[in-house]
Amino acid sequence: MIAHGPGGHGGPGGPARPAPRPAVRGFGGGGFGGMQLPAQKSKDVNKTLRQLLQRLRPEWMPIAVSAALALAYVALSVIGPKIIGNATNVIFNGVIGRSLPAGLTKAQAVAQLRAHGKGQIADLVSGANVVPGQGIDFTTLGQILVLAALVYVFASLFQWVLAYIMAGVAQRTVFGLRRDVEDKLARLPLKYFDSHPHGDLLSRVTNDIDNITTTLQQGLSQLLTSMLTIVGVLAIMVWISPLLAVVALVTVPLSIVVTLLIARRSQTQFAAQWARTGDLNGHVEQMHTGHALVQVFGHRRKAMEDFNQQNQALYEASFRAQFLSGIIFPAMAFLGNVNYVVIAAVGGFRVATGTMTLGDVQAFIQYSRQFTMPITQLASQLNLLQSGLASAERVFEFLDAEEEVPDAATVSSPLAGEGQGGGSVALEHVSFRYEPEKPLITDFNLEARPGQTIAIVGPTGAGKTTIVNLLMRFYEIDAGRICLDGIDAADLRREDVRRVFGMVLQDTWLFTGTIRDNIAYGKIGASKEEILAAARAAHVDQFVRTLPDGYETVLNDDASNISAGQKQLLTIARAFLADPTILILDEATSSVDTRTEVLIQQAMARLRQGRTSFVIAHRLSTIRNADSIVVMDQGRIVEQGTHDELLRRHGFYYTLYNSQFTDALAEAS
Amino acid sequence: MRGLLRLLLTFLRPYRGPVAVVVVLVLAQSIANLYLPNLNADIINNGVSKGDIGYIWRTGGLMLALAVVVGVLAIVAVWFSSRASMGLGRDVRRAVFARVQEFSAREMNRFGTPSLITRNTNDVQQVQLFVQLALSILVTAPIMLVGGIILAIREDVTLSSILVVILPLMVAVIGTLMYFAIPLFQSLQVKIDRINQVLREQITGVRVIRAFNRTPYERDRFETANEDLTGTGLRVNRIFALALPSLLLIMNLSSVAVVWFGGHLIDSGQMPVGNLIAFLAYILQIMFAVMMAVMMAIFIPRAAASATRLEEVLNTQPSIAEPANPVEPARLTGTAEFRKVTFGYPGGEAPVLRELSFELRPGETTAVIGGTGSGKTTLLNLIPRFFDVTAGAVLVNGVDVREQALEGLWSTIGLVPQQAYLFRGTIADNLRFGNREATEAELWHALEVAQARDFVVALPEKLDAPVDQGGTNLSGGQRQRLAIARAVVKQPRLYLLDDCFSALDAGTDARLRTALKQEASDATVVIVAQRVSTILHADRIVVLDAGRIVGIGNHRELLSSTDAYREIVESQLGEEAVA
Repeated sequence: MIAHGPGGHGGPGGPARPAPRPAVRGFGGGGFGGMQLPAQKSKDVNKTLRQLLQRLRPEWMPIAVSAALALAYVALSVIGPKIIGNATNVIFNGVIGRSLPAGLTKAQAVAQLRAHGKGQIADLVSGANVVPGQGIDFTTLGQILVLAALVYVFASLFQWVLAYIMAGVAQRTVFGLRRDVEDKLARLPLKYFDSHPHGDLLSRVTNDIDNITTTLQQGLSQLLTSMLTIVGVLAIMVWISPLLAVVALVTVPLSIVVTLLIARRSQTQFAAQWARTGDLNGHVEQMHTGHALVQVFGHRRKAMEDFNQQNQALYEASFRAQFLSGIIFPAMAFLGNVNYVVIAAVGGFRVATGTMTLGDVQAFIQYSRQFTMPITQLASQLNLLQSGLASAERVFEFLDAEEEVPDAATVSSPLAGEGQGGGSVALEHVSFRYEPEKPLITDFNLEARPGQTIAIVGPTGAGKTTIVNLLMRFYEIDAGRICLDGIDAADLRREDVRRVFGMVLQDTWLFTGTIRDNIAYGKIGASKEEILAAARAAHVDQFVRTLPDGYETVLNDDASNISAGQKQLLTIARAFLADPTILILDEATSSVDTRTEVLIQQAMARLRQGRTSFVIAHRLSTIRNADSIVVMDQGRIVEQGTHDELLRRHGFYYTLYNSQFTDALAEAS
Repeated sequence: MRGLLRLLLTFLRPYRGPVAVVVVLVLAQSIANLYLPNLNADIINNGVSKGDIGYIWRTGGLMLALAVVVGVLAIVAVWFSSRASMGLGRDVRRAVFARVQEFSAREMNRFGTPSLITRNTNDVQQVQLFVQLALSILVTAPIMLVGGIILAIREDVTLSSILVVILPLMVAVIGTLMYFAIPLFQSLQVKIDRINQVLREQITGVRVIRAFNRTPYERDRFETANEDLTGTGLRVNRIFALALPSLLLIMNLSSVAVVWFGGHLIDSGQMPVGNLIAFLAYILQIMFAVMMAVMMAIFIPRAAASATRLEEVLNTQPSIAEPANPVEPARLTGTAEFRKVTFGYPGGEAPVLRELSFELRPGETTAVIGGTGSGKTTLLNLIPRFFDVTAGAVLVNGVDVREQALEGLWSTIGLVPQQAYLFRGTIADNLRFGNREATEAELWHALEVAQARDFVVALPEKLDAPVDQGGTNLSGGQRQRLAIARAVVKQPRLYLLDDCFSALDAGTDARLRTALKQEASDATVVIVAQRVSTILHADRIVVLDAGRIVGIGNHRELLSSTDAYREIVESQLGEEAVA
């Protein structure tokens, strides 16, 4: 093989490049530095939020319970340090008490200390709950610690139940969302699929939904507890010591400003890093894919030079991004340390002067830590929420897309259908256009009687598939009617129209599954014998037998484990099994090896026997034997008639025929 | 794991300096961080308990200075660790790219292009991310752990024995969670892939699904996948819901225990009060370090897998080597000759080509036809020495290709591969790919030969019209014609056209061949084709079947002499063509 297919994209509908995903997921608190996508922003936050809440409505009970649990959990975890602080006080008081002579009252002891000129200690003792001469009160200490243990056990219990419930809420909500998305896919008109890049569509129904899951799973409950914690800690700090609370809070705006300042700069650097990564990956992809070309066309040195230049640019951008985002943590740690020092010093001073207990200082140190953590987390959580909302908006946009017009279905019974003859198709005064300003088909008439063959010819890109789209009712015609055995197709259910048709296209769509399942796709509940008969008729049987797993061979993602020709044969077998009255065939032109092509032709010919056929034709024999030829050019039907009629007319077909077919034939004979 | 270590040792060598600085800085920073609670204990023991307010302020000032030092050290450390990790990423990326550039088709086939692209991009990124994390967390955690334990023991030996209970407990809890969660995470990924695959198939196969009325069937398939995924997602997240609460509980209950036992020690006069508070701070730091280290362990397997994949590339030597003493052909006429050429892929049972002998001469067009797997493309690939023959020899310009300098050999060849790959840039960029000095007139001339002039003229930007990566913004036929024009611009002595007319309609195909014949009147042309109409004109047709030549001659001769050929013609042009 000289060249290698463009890796990872191609296929119908253009490039489907998966959107890049963050490397780390699922482990809470996003952002280990790595590659951070600049957060996408949603266009209409309010609307998206409303739609999201609407979806969460059936879960209001568990959500309400979760909110209550979050409140309880935060309350308990905020009280915890205060209780431990009280325990510390008991110990400290015991130490001080022991150092004082026994038998005195506290007032006497204080007076004695002042008399000895130890004013500082006297202040300390007077502010504390001390019994002179008595050591640590272990009964009280024990009681306090049991209480603390209970508080912590319940805090953790609530936290766990909260996460447990929210996991259910998130998973159920996303389950429903996914189901609705899939449901939507089935109700969208073909037009939607043809006019939206498949890559974008895929990314909405896969990556965006994954992103919403992450947001619901981690974002919501964390955001809630973070905010509650901030409020709770703030309240208790003010309660213990308004002065120290003010001291501790001074650093808060400072840390917010510092975070914002650094984050804004690093955001632009991350965007640059992302762009450079895209450039470089593009270059790598191209040079590796076009490896043989790069070599033979003497392009290696240039490829290396370009690579080095882009690699260096990426290095510089990612260094800056890494450094800038990397200093957020030390900066926060520094502010945290300053906080710690100030509280330790000011608190120590207050304890020494008897205006505060040691346990409260200790509790305060913990609170200031508990306070700065959720603030720094809040930034990344809001980021997560923002990108989740952007994804939700894209998914809701998809869910709001216009749907196929519902079936009118005035005729309740399906067509004559299987085994009862029939198969006449009449297009009467049909008009159609894809875009309102570009008329394609106007007042078109065509009749195919049962068993006839209609050839559709025209140069590449002439829009031959338009006919397929209209016959199958993939698109609705604008005027006129298409009658199947005398019944207007518009009066039938789409399902019933399509049941009449069998389709073998060049774009051989197979799904991941066994060969047997892929053939069985043609008929619901087909028996083993029927499948085998269809496989034999389509020459599938002979090559399947050479495969080690036979009919149980699993076709992989892009069905690359069988050849293009074999895929075509499989689709023919599928059509055999469906046993339609009318056929739509696309003769192969692409690289199918010559031996297989003979088989394909034989199989197609057999399939056509006794059925009305519309053939997108490339072969002289098919065209000349057709009962009618539809000639297309630039999306439009330009001529129509039998081979002889059209030749006599000296029109487009005449030119086309002369340039394309006679040449080959003349030389061949 | 060993592969990761080897890779890091090799590529971190140039960054020994920065890495050493980072380690020293982190060490200093950790010691300073651990010293802070110690100073806090001093404030309580010597300042608060004794009422020495001056001492409180002095020590407070010292702590503040220490905090400044810690902050500065940390920022300097981030500077050096970013330099080292990003530099390593850059170097590995370059090494992999350079190696792949040297690969021959054999290595390209062995790895597969998509895999090489992933290795060169994602895998490098994984390793880079790992180094970056390792230089911060994996270096800090052990230092904090060991330092914390030492200082805790220094505060009080008896109380430190509590660590003997806490640490194994934490490791056990985290280990148990990981034991259950990691396989579930893997199966979760598989299920996400599965549901995405079903949706992808529903989108790409929408016509077939509707044509066969299989929407309900697809819905069932999706529903099963969706329920499966939701079930696993629920289990994973419920297990993970336990992680944080249980770790916090261990931490908090440890504090409670420390206060209780510490109280007894203080009461018996074995420990000052301030030490208790410092001890609490150390315990927290130790547990935090353990948690971080264990969490980081998640990244090791991923980075190790990537490192192994990168090593595979870096340790692979290209199978096609430049000759030590290249021979330069006397004249570049464009001749090529196969002398009893046999070729088999390594590990393949039967040779793909057997004992082929024929000559390709300037001014002649030779076509190669035959079924899939008959070895057509392989035959073509032997001429630019993408592979080496197993036996026999391929000569270009009269010299064995194995004795020629590769760049020299390639400079005479114009290749048009089966998949017409174009590069991102403009049309002119693509045409000048093999000849950067080509004038605009030469480009237009080549476009005319390739029957591409009309559509390029119709583009608003003409030659400067943008081309997307792979040429995806152009139709298959347009891509093929531009790929042919690209070869024409190079003015090669030897054209290799590998089934590159498949997307053209018969008329364009015919006009193109006529124009090319004129353009390349004194060059050698080899065409591989599936379509008989493409090769009717050829001066000589080589019919391959299962790696052997079953017939050589022109169309008329072969019709009467070779059954395999007649069969092909009959199937494509109808019986009257053979008659």
